[in-house]
Amino acid sequence: MNFEFSEDQLFIREQARNFLSQECSADVVRSVLDTDVAYHEPLWQKIVDLGWTAMALPEAHGGLGLGYLELCVVAQELGRALAPVPFSSSVYLASEAIKTWGSQAQQEHYLPRLAAGELIGTLAHSEGLGADAVASSVTGDVINGTKLPVPDGGSAHFALVTANDTDGELCLYLVDLQQDGVHRQTLQTLDPSRGHASITMHNATAQALGNGSVGAPALAELLDRAAVLLAFEQLGGCEAAMESGIAYTKERYAFGRPVASFQAIKHKFADMFVALELARANAYYGACALACDAPDLPLAAATARVSAGDAYYYISKENIQAHGGMGFTWEFDCHLYYRRAQLLSSTIGTQHQWKQHVATRLLQAA
Amino acid sequence: MDFEDTPELAAFRREARAWLDANAERRTDNLHMGMEGEAAHLEGKAWYKKKADAGFACLTWPKEYGGAGLTSLHDVVWAQEVQNYRTRDAQFVIGIGNCGPAIMHFAPEETRRELLPRMASAEDVWCQLFSEPSAGSDVAGLRTRAERDGDNWKLNGQKIWTSGALYSDFGVVLTRTDPTVSKYKGLTLFMIDMRQPGVEVRPIKQMDGGQHFNEVFFHDAVVPDHYRLGEVGGGWTGALTVLMSERLAISGVQPTGFPQFLDMVRSLELNGEPVANDPIVRDRLATWYSQYAGLQSANKRMITAVAKGGIAGAEASLGKLVGAVMNQEIANFCCQLFGQAGIIQEAQFSPQRAHFQDSVLFSPGVRLAGGTDEVMRNIIAEQVLGLPQEPRADKGMAFKDIPTGPS
Repeated sequence: MNFEFSEDQLFIREQARNFLSQECSADVVRSVLDTDVAYHEPLWQKIVDLGWTAMALPEAHGGLGLGYLELCVVAQELGRALAPVPFSSSVYLASEAIKTWGSQAQQEHYLPRLAAGELIGTLAHSEGLGADAVASSVTGDVINGTKLPVPDGGSAHFALVTANDTDGELCLYLVDLQQDGVHRQTLQTLDPSRGHASITMHNATAQALGNGSVGAPALAELLDRAAVLLAFEQLGGCEAAMESGIAYTKERYAFGRPVASFQAIKHKFADMFVALELARANAYYGACALACDAPDLPLAAATARVSAGDAYYYISKENIQAHGGMGFTWEFDCHLYYRRAQLLSSTIGTQHQWKQHVATRLLQAA
Repeated sequence: MDFEDTPELAAFRREARAWLDANAERRTDNLHMGMEGEAAHLEGKAWYKKKADAGFACLTWPKEYGGAGLTSLHDVVWAQEVQNYRTRDAQFVIGIGNCGPAIMHFAPEETRRELLPRMASAEDVWCQLFSEPSAGSDVAGLRTRAERDGDNWKLNGQKIWTSGALYSDFGVVLTRTDPTVSKYKGLTLFMIDMRQPGVEVRPIKQMDGGQHFNEVFFHDAVVPDHYRLGEVGGGWTGALTVLMSERLAISGVQPTGFPQFLDMVRSLELNGEPVANDPIVRDRLATWYSQYAGLQSANKRMITAVAKGGIAGAEASLGKLVGAVMNQEIANFCCQLFGQAGIIQEAQFSPQRAHFQDSVLFSPGVRLAGGTDEVMRNIIAEQVLGLPQEPRADKGMAFKDIPTGPS
């Protein structure tokens, strides 16, 4: 048993952290937060140039042929830096789906372009309030329906769209978002540093992913894998938020002593540490299950997701509290973590849904 | 990153499993072993002797001290396997986990060879004597005096919360040898023979009715100077070694209440409906499982670090803190879930043989023993996160001048 990343993987993490600390300052995050742009194009281009979008794709399709563990350490650093780029949509969701279930022709068309950052893809599944009911439908190669919120829906070139076929079976379709039958509208969300849109498809053209029977089980598997990777993003965000709170309360004095010396504050950070370490341990287990394609990946992924979501919410809210009044200002970065925590514990399914997955999968396990 | 045993560990696992199959009864539930006091003590001694004879005692200790000379990974494999059997494998964890390392670290070689093998096979049972009525979380404020008497030391004072003292042959005791210097500097650590007239043990009746802990009184108890562990005045350093070993020793056996909760959810029907269908139960199940699984994996990470030559740091406090709180919350939740009958504490009427009712009353103690929740948080905040210490009113004062409050 070995429960740590390899030297090489830790080196990639260190390189990623160094790169992002230079290229993805809070100013970069705020340049997306404060404006109408959907993502930070210069940063995205540099990330593409570093090969991160190609990392887990096969060499035959322009990828680097590395594994999920390398992707996990990069995810952690993207989360730490609050990177305002469509990485999760394009890499964990679109690329993974086409790599796993796409036809030969789809793989040949999409994967090299995704690897090279020429195409950005996303997953369009949610259709508004409530959980997972899909009304979008496909007849032949014509799709109709509305999806919201779609992460990176305003900037992606194409989306994997869930819709019912003529038999009423849920299937995955590839939809070009730049065609006439697609209307996109930017949505204001809790985290404007990541672009979201609603997508209305009116007699748009859709192409079934793979052989046309890629449906609910594939979607579940795709989301499980993404859950582990997103847990690493959440983990990175937890670390950064907590570090900022520790640094601030050590320097700020009240009643003649550092705020961090009061037990009311210290115990708050101790509880944050507990939440963080549990989330980290579960994320590591999830990474291991992902890399080994272990049979308990569904439970491990849901557990990693629940644990990371709980931790990020807790840490990001208590970090505001530890900062006092300054934590509530626009100027301080506390709200950036709080916003991202909200986003990440909703995208690909809420905490509530993933807790149901944990319960179901745990009770099914032997 | 992988889940696989190395070939060596896989072989050890097979060997351990085969031996356990032949020598212990497989568990069919996750319930407490039942039976306390002398009967449990004797059963524990018999089990430890049996595994010592088979070479499975104190796996990480050197062979000359009664161990097996194996690695901490072997220890993990053993713990994973033995938990499937009804044994008293954790009966003497305090002596072996806390006192053992202190002796290994501070006692002369001859003493180690004499005492440690007897400890490993539980021919001698050990207890740890630190806490006092006026020195709990502030354990360095202890008052038990040790005074020189020729080649011996004479001990007077009182200890409290000593697990297993009633049945112990030896103890490791922290004493004050100099009240005129600061509280941390005037302490000295000793081994003590508990079977002597100057040592009086009185069981404490706990709020749950059990008697796990004791008060220990010293009336001119005698300790030869060669039973001293470390320098005179160097007791605090030794005590920290013991306490750090304790956290590591208990991190694997810390009760969380989760396996019993899962068993209950899987098996219980209320009003003709499986409780597993109750949305509130499912929500709690997911939350507690994510914490429980997190502790398991955190333990694996700690073991990986130790196996690579690192040390188990204050992170070990994590398991103590999370497990103790979860244990109480689960117990309370279950008693509520069971309806008005949830207050009945009788094996034949209460699911899991009244495990949750027992836990409601015992769990407050778990949050206090071995370092309170609050001490654990201070350790994490100060030693792991590097936050500044609380200002101390007794800093730099001679021990005898420290205010004690009305007595």
